[in-house]
Amino acid sequence: MNTITIECLRYHPESDAEPRFQSWPVPFTDDMSVLQGLQYIKDHLDGSLTFRWSCRMAICGSCGAMVNGVPRLTCETFLRDLYPGPVRIEPLNHFPIVRDLAIDQADFLGKLQSVKPYIIPDAEPQGTYLQTPEQMERYYQYSKCINCLLCYAACPQYGLNDRFTGPAALALLHRYNADSRDAGKAERMEVVNTEDGVWGCTLVGYCSEVCPKGVDPARAVNQNKIESTKDYFFRFFRK
Amino acid sequence: MQVVQTDIVVVGGGGAGLRAAIAAAERDSKLRVALVSKVVPMRSHTVAAEGGAAGVTREADSLEQHFLDTVSGGDWLCDQDVVEYFVAHCTEELVRLEHWGCPWSRLPNGHVNTRFFGGMSVQRTWFAADRSGFHILHTLFQTSLKYPSIKRYDEFFCAELLVDDGRVRGIVAIEIATGNLFVFEAKAVVLATGGAGRVYRQNTNAGTVTGDGMGLAFRAGAPLRDMEFMQWHPTCLPGTGILMTEACRGEGAILVNKDGYRYLQDYGLGPVDPWPRAKAMELGPRDRLSQAFCHEQRKGRTLDTPQGPAVHLDLRHLGAKKIHERLPLITEAAKTFAGVDAVKEPIPVCPAVHYTMGGIFTNVRCETPIAGLYAAGECASVGIHGANRLGSNSLVEIVVFGKVAGDAAAGYALSGSFQKGPPNVAEEGLTSLLSNDKGERLAVLRDEMRDTMEENVGIYRDEPGLRAACAKLATLRERYRRGVRLDDRSRAFNTEWLTALELGFALEVAEAMAHGALARRESRGAHMRLDFEARNDDAFLKHTLARHAGHAAPRIEHQPVTITRSRPRERHYGGEGKKATLT
Repeated sequence: MNTITIECLRYHPESDAEPRFQSWPVPFTDDMSVLQGLQYIKDHLDGSLTFRWSCRMAICGSCGAMVNGVPRLTCETFLRDLYPGPVRIEPLNHFPIVRDLAIDQADFLGKLQSVKPYIIPDAEPQGTYLQTPEQMERYYQYSKCINCLLCYAACPQYGLNDRFTGPAALALLHRYNADSRDAGKAERMEVVNTEDGVWGCTLVGYCSEVCPKGVDPARAVNQNKIESTKDYFFRFFRK
Repeated sequence: MQVVQTDIVVVGGGGAGLRAAIAAAERDSKLRVALVSKVVPMRSHTVAAEGGAAGVTREADSLEQHFLDTVSGGDWLCDQDVVEYFVAHCTEELVRLEHWGCPWSRLPNGHVNTRFFGGMSVQRTWFAADRSGFHILHTLFQTSLKYPSIKRYDEFFCAELLVDDGRVRGIVAIEIATGNLFVFEAKAVVLATGGAGRVYRQNTNAGTVTGDGMGLAFRAGAPLRDMEFMQWHPTCLPGTGILMTEACRGEGAILVNKDGYRYLQDYGLGPVDPWPRAKAMELGPRDRLSQAFCHEQRKGRTLDTPQGPAVHLDLRHLGAKKIHERLPLITEAAKTFAGVDAVKEPIPVCPAVHYTMGGIFTNVRCETPIAGLYAAGECASVGIHGANRLGSNSLVEIVVFGKVAGDAAAGYALSGSFQKGPPNVAEEGLTSLLSNDKGERLAVLRDEMRDTMEENVGIYRDEPGLRAACAKLATLRERYRRGVRLDDRSRAFNTEWLTALELGFALEVAEAMAHGALARRESRGAHMRLDFEARNDDAFLKHTLARHAGHAAPRIEHQPVTITRSRPRERHYGGEGKKATLT
């Protein structure tokens, strides 16, 4: 069994004026994830290390952190791939820290709410709506977002201006706009059109690169820039 | 201590809790609904469910067949009046999810597709690829944002139910970020806190699935029912227990032992041909398949992997296109967590703890014996799963009974009033853990509990093992009371403290499981006794009730099973049958 040094950012709001780093040697096997390394520390070395986790199979979106400077889900990042280390673990960039690796998610949750991420129906059918696989294809990839916030940690614009609606919320906005069952596009365009909507994005594309689920928020934002432009011109035209 | 006054508290933000909150909000928008969850709702364990949700839609199907599959699947320990209500309401709830945006997988003509599942006689499982739970949870969470009367308390840990004179009056919760205590005064409380799989070691369940809600209700005087019935899912990754959905087999995957032999034919599930066919071979129920694995292991016909014994789940003949379209999540998971490309190689799998069939006893209206207290979803025992749950019945259970619980709690709150209780809540009981200078390490007690459950309350049980487990759990409870010593004595986001509170609940819930198993001197469904190999309807066609007895072991009582129209007979799988066409 090999040993690797895990170096973790620590911050406690009751006792720390500012963040610091602490390191532990962690024995690991080839199948151990960074998350399991953190759990080893918590169980055996220091029970006060604080981090979120739940499903440990990359679907609940709880365990995101900066691993050697890159936003990752710690449950599917393996210590063997980071050997010989050290491995530096920090909370996701661009969010306030609550404690250690746990960040404050409230800003994102408010943004999610603001894009009206639910079907706004025209008239509900008897039985199910008909939706062909091709119609589903138009929105399905965006519905795979697990809200893990890695894309916000990757987004330089969000880092500069946290009023920017940001990648995941805009991807989910597009997910509903592109759904054949939805009639709420006009209401959502108000969010899209603002300076902090799609126009806040400068097309760096790092959000799509770090997404652990293959969602392409950059594409969603780009399509909505086109929509926003059309929306603007049509409004102009109607006058 | 801060006080929040609300009409209804829903504890738990998974599928059942969200559905309950929405139902209450739709019943009357003036009702204030507090949704209290120890994680942000979309992190809840519903997210990890893969295969799908059952609802009769096909012409060849009927409510009667769903009823019979469920009752026989549960080895006749289901309450049949409740199953009748359940099957009659499944499809409407799945349609409602469709209206709310759930991306159910479709047929080319635009209608919702359905797939086969174990123990189901017809293709009746609605699915969203193999991310069904994920999509259901996100659909419900996002839809819940429409209702202004639902106020969320994300990352609040419910630590105590407030009950006086047999009636609930609220809860005590810890705001995780600060460690501050809150009292929620409410007219009605809905528990939707999920299962207790984490009392075991090898597990498909998320770390949050620690039986808190069961423990809360149990301590408050509500009985836990049928806790000895724990489901092992037969196809999980050895070591981590990560789930490889039953939908693999629903789409045609096979199970073979180390010799490449489809061993299920030796355990009452054959013959192999014609394949595929409903309720045979790999489409048998989970209890039978997990039990067959144990026999193969005993015969030395399993493979050895570094993480333990396994058999092979083989998808290769489905072809890359179907695998990627229907089973993308488990394909990714097999690659990431086992280093296996499911298109090219078989996946090593073994049984792992998956689902708690028992739970807080409720009637068909989700009422517990405590007035104003409701329970729904995996934390409840409403009576539909009996001794063995069929796959895809629980994802629909959370919406069918989540709605019932939300409606019922709303009705109760509309006609009820706040009940004043003693002003002092036992804050000390919760915070004393933070001041212990002596005591054991939390992880030591937790691991001993898990090892005991794996070893002695496993797929096969016997009296000496169960007695050893009962004794060990009593000792662990005693050691827990004497003290655990935390490294972390602070209040803000102290997850070690919360884990200690969870362990307190888990130990009591585990004890209910072990004592229930000891008292049930027969084999039925997922409860297999080596010393009582047959089902014994004369003595045990009845539910087990465990009642909390303070520091002592739980009191075990029994309760009749409701039989309406299906008399118990031998459970039958395999045998003759028509070849099925998969869509």
